[in-house]
Amino acid sequence: MSLKKLCSLLLAITMLSAFVIGCSSTASKVGVDKPLRFGQLAEPETLDPRLATGQPEMQFLLQMYEGLTTYDANNNAVPAAAEKWDVSQDGLTYTFHIRKEAKWSNGDPITAEDFEYAWKTLLSPELGSRYAEMLFYVKNGEAYNSGKAKAEDVGVKAIDNNTLEVTLQEPTPYFPQLTACYSYFPVHKKTVEADPNWASDPKTMVTNGPFTLTNWVHNEKAEFVKNENYWDSSKVKSKKLEFAIVENNTTRVSLFENDQVDITLNPPPSEIERLIKEKEVTIEPLLATYYYDFNVNKAPFDNPKVRKAFTLAIDRDAIVSKVTRASQKPAAAFVPIGLPDMELGSDFRKAGGHFYKDNDIETAKKLLAEAGYPDGKGLPPITLLYNTHEGHKAIAEAIQEMWKKNLGVQVELENQEWKVFIKSRAAGDYQVARDGWTGDFPDPLTFLSLLTSNNGNNNSHWKNSQFDQLIKQAKSTSDLAARIKVMHDAEKLLMDEMPVMPIYYYTVDYMIKPNVKGLVHTVTDYIYFKEAYVE
Amino acid sequence: MKAEIFKKVDFQLDMSYDIGRSSTTYWQDVWRRLNKNKLSILGLIIISFVIIAAIVGPFFTPYSYSDQNLQIANQSPSTVHWFGTDNLGRDLLTRVLYGARISLSIGVVASLSTMIIGVLYGGIAGLFGGRVDTIMMRIVDIVWSIPFLLYVILLMVVLQPGLMNIFIALTLVYWMPMARLVRGQILSLRELEYVMAAKLAGASSWRIITKHLIPNSLGPILITATLTIPEAIFSEAFLSYIGLGVSAPMASWGVLASEGASSLRSYPFQLFFPAAAICITMLSFNFIGDGLRDALDPRMRK
Amino acid sequence: MLQYVSKRILSMVLVIYIVITATFLLMHSIPGGPFTTEKQLTPEVLRNINARYHLDDPLWKQYTDYMGNILRFDLGPSFKYQDRTVNNIIADGFPVSVQLGTFAVLLAVTVGISAGIFAALRHNRTLDYMIMSASTLGISIPSFILASFLIYFFAFKIKLFPAAMWNGFSYMILPGISLAALPMAVVARLTRSGMLEVLSQDFIRTARAKGVGKRAIVYRHALKNSLIPVVTYVGPMAAGILTGSFVVESIFNIPGLGRHFVTSIYNRDYTVILGITIFYSALIIIFNFLVDVAYVLLDPRISLEKKGDN
Repeated sequence: MSLKKLCSLLLAITMLSAFVIGCSSTASKVGVDKPLRFGQLAEPETLDPRLATGQPEMQFLLQMYEGLTTYDANNNAVPAAAEKWDVSQDGLTYTFHIRKEAKWSNGDPITAEDFEYAWKTLLSPELGSRYAEMLFYVKNGEAYNSGKAKAEDVGVKAIDNNTLEVTLQEPTPYFPQLTACYSYFPVHKKTVEADPNWASDPKTMVTNGPFTLTNWVHNEKAEFVKNENYWDSSKVKSKKLEFAIVENNTTRVSLFENDQVDITLNPPPSEIERLIKEKEVTIEPLLATYYYDFNVNKAPFDNPKVRKAFTLAIDRDAIVSKVTRASQKPAAAFVPIGLPDMELGSDFRKAGGHFYKDNDIETAKKLLAEAGYPDGKGLPPITLLYNTHEGHKAIAEAIQEMWKKNLGVQVELENQEWKVFIKSRAAGDYQVARDGWTGDFPDPLTFLSLLTSNNGNNNSHWKNSQFDQLIKQAKSTSDLAARIKVMHDAEKLLMDEMPVMPIYYYTVDYMIKPNVKGLVHTVTDYIYFKEAYVE
Repeated sequence: MKAEIFKKVDFQLDMSYDIGRSSTTYWQDVWRRLNKNKLSILGLIIISFVIIAAIVGPFFTPYSYSDQNLQIANQSPSTVHWFGTDNLGRDLLTRVLYGARISLSIGVVASLSTMIIGVLYGGIAGLFGGRVDTIMMRIVDIVWSIPFLLYVILLMVVLQPGLMNIFIALTLVYWMPMARLVRGQILSLRELEYVMAAKLAGASSWRIITKHLIPNSLGPILITATLTIPEAIFSEAFLSYIGLGVSAPMASWGVLASEGASSLRSYPFQLFFPAAAICITMLSFNFIGDGLRDALDPRMRK
Repeated sequence: MLQYVSKRILSMVLVIYIVITATFLLMHSIPGGPFTTEKQLTPEVLRNINARYHLDDPLWKQYTDYMGNILRFDLGPSFKYQDRTVNNIIADGFPVSVQLGTFAVLLAVTVGISAGIFAALRHNRTLDYMIMSASTLGISIPSFILASFLIYFFAFKIKLFPAAMWNGFSYMILPGISLAALPMAVVARLTRSGMLEVLSQDFIRTARAKGVGKRAIVYRHALKNSLIPVVTYVGPMAAGILTGSFVVESIFNIPGLGRHFVTSIYNRDYTVILGITIFYSALIIIFNFLVDVAYVLLDPRISLEKKGDN
C-alpha cells in the first residue's frame, strides 16, 4: 500500500492500542489484598544498613529490617528484636536479650553474633561506611574506625546466642533510642561473608523485618511482600508493598491524585494550599529547624548585636503563613518542639520558652543603632547565600524584602548549585547562609551539640568554650534533671550570642488516602508500614 | 496579406526598457518578497509589539516586579491584577513584562555573539581550506560530540547562575552550528562557476570575498541568527526549569514558566501567561525566519 | 570505500579519546566532590572512603587507571550508589531511553514526513498554512511546558492516560508526544521545503510532461531526493532523543539514562558522568557516520570524500 496509507494506518493502530491498554491499566485493583503503594522521594544509595546515610535508604530499611529496639509513635524506644535490656549502674553497660523467636527471612534464628558482626564491620576502616559516626557511642568505636584500635577492642560482644553486651564510650541515656536507627541493624553474617555484592540483588538479601524485597527497578519502583518468618508477622496486615521512586514533587502529587499511589510526602509548596482545602494533605511536625547561619568571623556579623538585630527584624509568622504555608511553627529558639524534658510527657521547647519576640522591629532597630549602624547606614554590602531551590528562594526573597523594609538594609541574594554551596558554606565563604538541621535521635543534644567548636557541621564557625563545656557536661551526666538543666543553660547562651538565626520548625506534609490505616510515623520522620494497610 | 495593413514602426531604443520591469537591488527584492508573506509580517508586528512592551511596559504598571505583598498571593486574574499574582504576591503582568526584557536580551545577545564568533571561525576555516580547515573542523567535531547538557551544567556550576553567565554559557555552545554553516557556504561558493569566472577575469581575493562570498552567504547566516534567538530563549527556559536560571527576584520567562509548572493544578494561570508569552514570541521569530528563508531563495523569484 | 571507513574509524577513536580526557579534567576541576555532603563526614570516614575509591591517588594515576579500565570496558563503580557499577546503570537506563526514544522518533518521522508531503503538495493553500502553523507551534513550546499541559489535560482532567511511571505501553504515549513534538515539526518543515525544491526541478517537469502520474512522481522521484536534509537532521536528533531527555524523564518518572546523567552531575558522581558522556559521544559519532552513509545511498552523486569533511 502507499506510504500515505501506511502512515495513517500505523497511527490509527498506535492510537487505538494506546486507548485500549490505557483504559485497562488505570482500572484499580479491586480485592482484599490491595498493595500499599508509597511515593518514595529518591533512589536509595544502598540497601546495606551499614552503608546507608539518609532518608531514601531509611524508608526501605525500616520495612526490611528490625533493630534491637524500634520507635513507637511518640518516639519512645520499645522492644523489637530485643525483648528486654538491662542497664548498669554507671550507665555504661547495656545487656540486650534477643528474642528467641526472632528469625531471618530464610528461617535462620537471629543471634547476638549477627549484631556484633554488623556493628564491627560497620566500624571497620575497610568498609568505608559513611555513617560510621553513628556507632562512635560504642566504646572504642571511633578509635577502631580511625585505625587506632583493633576490632576486638570495640565494646560490643555476643555473650551467647541471645545476649548482646554493649559497653559505651560515655553514659548515653538515649542509647536505646539510638539502637532503633538503621545503622544499628543486624546483618546475616553468613550471607555477607559469602558474597560482597549481597545487597545489590533482592534474591541474595536476607533480612529480618516485616517485609522482604522482591523486585527493585532502579530509579523507578520497588516491590515487597510480607515476610512470613518475621516473629511478629501476625501484626502485618498488608501482603504487598509497592514503592514508586519519584524525585519530582509535582509528579508525586499527580500520582497521588491519579490514584497511582496511596501515600506520599512533600508536595510542592505552591500546591499545599489547594491540597489543604481538598483535605488531601495532613501536616505533621518534624524534628528539624530551618535557620540561617551568620558568619561570625566576618563583618558585620562578628558583632552579636548586629546578629540579633537581623534576627529580630523578620516576620516569621508571615513567612510560615504566606510563603511556606505548611503550618510550620515560627521559631524563637533553636531546639524544636517534640523533645522530652525533665518530667515524663513534658516538652523541652515548652519548658525552655521563647528567647525573643517575633517581628520585633523596634528592638532590632535599637540594637542596630547601638552596634553603630543607625538605620542600616554604614553597613558593608551583605549577601545572603542559598542553594538553588524554589523553596529557599521564596523564603530568601521574602526575608530580603523584610530586612529592606524594617532595617533599611539592601541585602543581595546569591544562589549556588548544591555541592558548590555546601563547600562554600563549610569553608565560611559567605556572610549569611541558609541552613537546616534534622534531629538524628530524640534528645536535645542532637541540636545543641551541632554548635560546639569542633563540630564539622557548625557552619557558622562559632567557637565558645563555655558552650563547649556545658555540652560536654550534658553528654557525660547520667542524671536526667541535671542534664536537662545544663542543656537549657546551653541554649540560653546560644541565643544570647545568636550565631544562627532560627526561622521556623519544619513540618512534613503527608498525603495519605483516607482508606489507609495503621500507619506509624515519628517526629524524626521514621515511617513504619508494618501495621499499615489499605481498606 | 496586403502590405498596407502593416505600418512600419521605428525602432526606438528606449522602448525596450518599458517591456522589462523596473530594476531592483537584491535587498529591495528580498524586502518586497518578505512583505508578501503575511505570516512573517504578522511575526514582525508581534515582535515589535513585544519589544515595545518590554521596554516601555513596566513604566505603565503601578507595581514593580519585586514588590511582595504576601496577603494577596496567588490571586487569579482580576481588574487590579490583569495576570493575577504569584506565590509571593507579586503582580504577574509586571513580571512577565520584565521577563520579556530578560528573555529577549538573552536571545538577542546570544544570537549576535554566536553570529560574530561563528562567522569569523567558519569564514576563516572556509577561506583557507586545506589543513587549517580540517583542524578547525575537527575541533568543532570534538566539542560537538560532548553532550550539550554536560557543558551547560558544568559551566553554570562553575560560573554560578546569573544573567551574565547564562549569556556566556549559551554563546559557548551555540556558535558551532553557525561556524559549520558559514564554512560550508564559503566552501561551496568558492567552487561555483561564477566565482571561478571572476577569478579568471582577474578579480582580487578581496573583491571576491566582499562582492560574492559574503553577500551570498548572508542569507543563511541571517536565517540562522534569527532562529538562534528562539533557541536561546528555549534553552534558558530549560535551564530555569532545572534551576540554573537567573537569580531572584529577577525573572525571565523561563523562570516564570518553571515556577508556574509546579503550581499548574492549583493556579493554572501562573503557567499559562508566561507560556503564552514564550510561545507567541517564538512563533513570531519562526515566522520571520521562515519568511526570510522564502524571500532569500532566488528560485522563488516571481 | 574501505580506506574511507578506516580513516573515519581512526578519527572517531581519536575524538572519543579527547572527549574522555577533556571531561575527566573538567570534572575534577569543579568544586564539590561525590562526598561533599550536607552532614559533613568525619575526617576518618572521609579518609577511609577516599582510600577505598582511590581518590587519594595523584590525579595522573587516577587518569591512567581509568583509561586502563576503559580498554577492558569497565567504566568503574558509582560513587553515590554504592552497590552499582556504571555499566549496570547504563545497562538499566539505556534500554528504557531507547524504547521511549524509538517511539518518539518513529512518531516524529512518520507524522512529520506525511505532514510535510501534504503541505508541499498543497503549497500555499489552506492546508499548507495550517500544517506550517502547527509545526511552528511545535517548535515554539518548550518540552516541559508541553508535558505539563499534556498531563493536566489528558491525565488529570480527562483520565485517558497515566500521569507518570513506566509500566507498559500506555505509559509511553504522553512522554512520547512531549519528546516528538519538536522533531515532528522540524521534520515536517524540512520535508516540505525539500519537496518544494525538488518538485520545481527540471527532471520533475520532464516526468510530468512524459505523463507520469502524480503519485508516482511524488513517491518514486521526489521523495528520495527531498529526504536528504531530513536525514541530516534525523541522525543527530535520534541520537539526542535516545540519549534521553532529562525533562521528560523527570516529569514522567521514567528510569532512563537522561535523568541519571543530570543527577550524576549534581551528585558529582565522577565515574557515572564520565561513563555516560563516553557512551553518548560514541553514540553521536556513530550516528553521524551512519548519516553520511545514508547520504550516499540516497544520492549517488554525493561522493563520500567530499561529504566526509562535513
